[in-house]
Amino acid sequence: MPCALASLGARVRNDIFINMNNLTALSLTETIEGLGKKEFSEAGLNQAYGERIKKLNPDLNAFLEVKENKSGIPAGIKDLIAVKGRQMTCGSKILEGYIAPYNATVIDKLKENNISFIGKTNLDEFAMGSSGENSAYGSVKNPWDKNKVPGGSSSGSAVAVAADLCTFALGTDTGGSIRQPASLCGVVGLKPSYGRVSRYGAQAMASSLDQIGPITKTVADARKVLEWISGPDAYDSNAVSASFKSTNRKDLKGLRVGIPKEYFGKGLDAGVEKVIKVAIKKLEDLGATTVEVSLPHTQYALATYYLIITSEISSNLARYDGIRFGSTRDKFGAEPKRRIMLGTFALSAGYFDDYFIKAAKVRTLVKQDFEKAFEGCNVITGPVSPTVAWNLGEKISDPLTMYLSDVYTIPASLAGIPGLSVPCGFSQDLPVGLQILGKYLDEDTILSVGELYEQATNWNKQKPRLQTPERSDGGQAKL
Amino acid sequence: MAKSTKIDIDHVSKLANLPLPDEQKRIFASQLTKILDYIEKIEKADTKNVEPTFNVTPNKNVTRKDTAGTCLTQDEALQNSKNTKNGQFVTKGVFKSE
Repeated sequence: MPCALASLGARVRNDIFINMNNLTALSLTETIEGLGKKEFSEAGLNQAYGERIKKLNPDLNAFLEVKENKSGIPAGIKDLIAVKGRQMTCGSKILEGYIAPYNATVIDKLKENNISFIGKTNLDEFAMGSSGENSAYGSVKNPWDKNKVPGGSSSGSAVAVAADLCTFALGTDTGGSIRQPASLCGVVGLKPSYGRVSRYGAQAMASSLDQIGPITKTVADARKVLEWISGPDAYDSNAVSASFKSTNRKDLKGLRVGIPKEYFGKGLDAGVEKVIKVAIKKLEDLGATTVEVSLPHTQYALATYYLIITSEISSNLARYDGIRFGSTRDKFGAEPKRRIMLGTFALSAGYFDDYFIKAAKVRTLVKQDFEKAFEGCNVITGPVSPTVAWNLGEKISDPLTMYLSDVYTIPASLAGIPGLSVPCGFSQDLPVGLQILGKYLDEDTILSVGELYEQATNWNKQKPRLQTPERSDGGQAKL
Repeated sequence: MAKSTKIDIDHVSKLANLPLPDEQKRIFASQLTKILDYIEKIEKADTKNVEPTFNVTPNKNVTRKDTAGTCLTQDEALQNSKNTKNGQFVTKGVFKSE
């Protein structure tokens, strides 16, 4: 509309205000392009994000610490990934005041690509939780409805991306902690294959499952960040030597999409199911063929997962003894304590074989389920979460109900395969994410499916309507 | 793994070196029993002749040359400790007299 533009041009202050807003709406890919064409400066970009954080973060509680830079492309970092000289609380009182003495490998890799770190994002304590309510520093709020949870445990990272408080963010995913908050906040979340990205410098929760990955505004952005952060690392002997290669599929012709019948049963919300089925139909419209697959051990995955991770947690969190760093063990919050207790029990004399070893064997069966299913398809799709975001406080006093909210993300974690959450619509005015799972180390295919779906639907362009506080200049620049 | 599996909160809290207030012990006893009841369903999975999975990567015996590389300075290593003495960590005593 030329008239509107002309009138904006005449109001210089408003014009600046609009441009600042637009900068924060840009994807990582668009930001890099804009900087390349000198449409805006790195200083301006950082200032725009800094100002938006000041306005919105007090309500959302996405960032625990903010440091505005003058250069680089601002990213948010989950506060259990070490950035040298910056605080790292892991969302826990036990690490209050801890300053990381070194960089995580992913941080060094991002720095090589001109990324700066605008803030450390809030999380469920030690990445234990599905709602963002287990942080010792207050609950994180969902920008689509501040009475709802944002999902977890990479809650602040998903909220910061959804509310345009950073260009992209890093999270970690052990049982769904990137995919589920991305789904509940309407942004893209990628859990790479276990071993694709070095975990060095990320606080260990469950070492055989933890993986760092990006939360982004577009699937293309997730691909870019994965290209940057993946690869072998002498500091993580589980990091695989095979490098990530992008082929960028042009269409979905010939692609076989597996639909697991176990992911569409009891417990799946009808509204979410409807949105997911429309999304799968869209993949068919784009040329893919759908086939039903079966993952028969899905019913045991959650129980298996909670035995394995709590066992690993009880061992990993033994390092918190208040000697080399942190406070005494009574400073752990309720969820870490609960998991340390369960894990210690599962590993204790008389129970080790019945619990831990049995779970490790069922893990093999879950992994084999996927291997068999992938004999007949290239990717597997379904819901990320059985429901949309629920009310704050709704599940916090019932841990088992909270654990069940990760029922569709946990099996892929046990198998070590990659998973992507892509925005695919809304139910009850809240975002729904489509989960796309791939073969081990085949992030390229799931990203291609996600990119082609995204280009055909543009659900990722939908943004939450966020009320910004009244401006101190009397609202002159309000539009 | 019987349905009647009871978790002894006091014993496990001692094993875990995790002090718990009485109120929390009571809550955990109820919550963990409920979780264990749910977890017992894995008993039904047929794992005869199934090998356990502890690691999903193809990596085997990853080693490096036994040479010193860069590491934290003494100051960096000590910077987050609440209790240091003469450039060292102060640990809990092993013997009662300490």
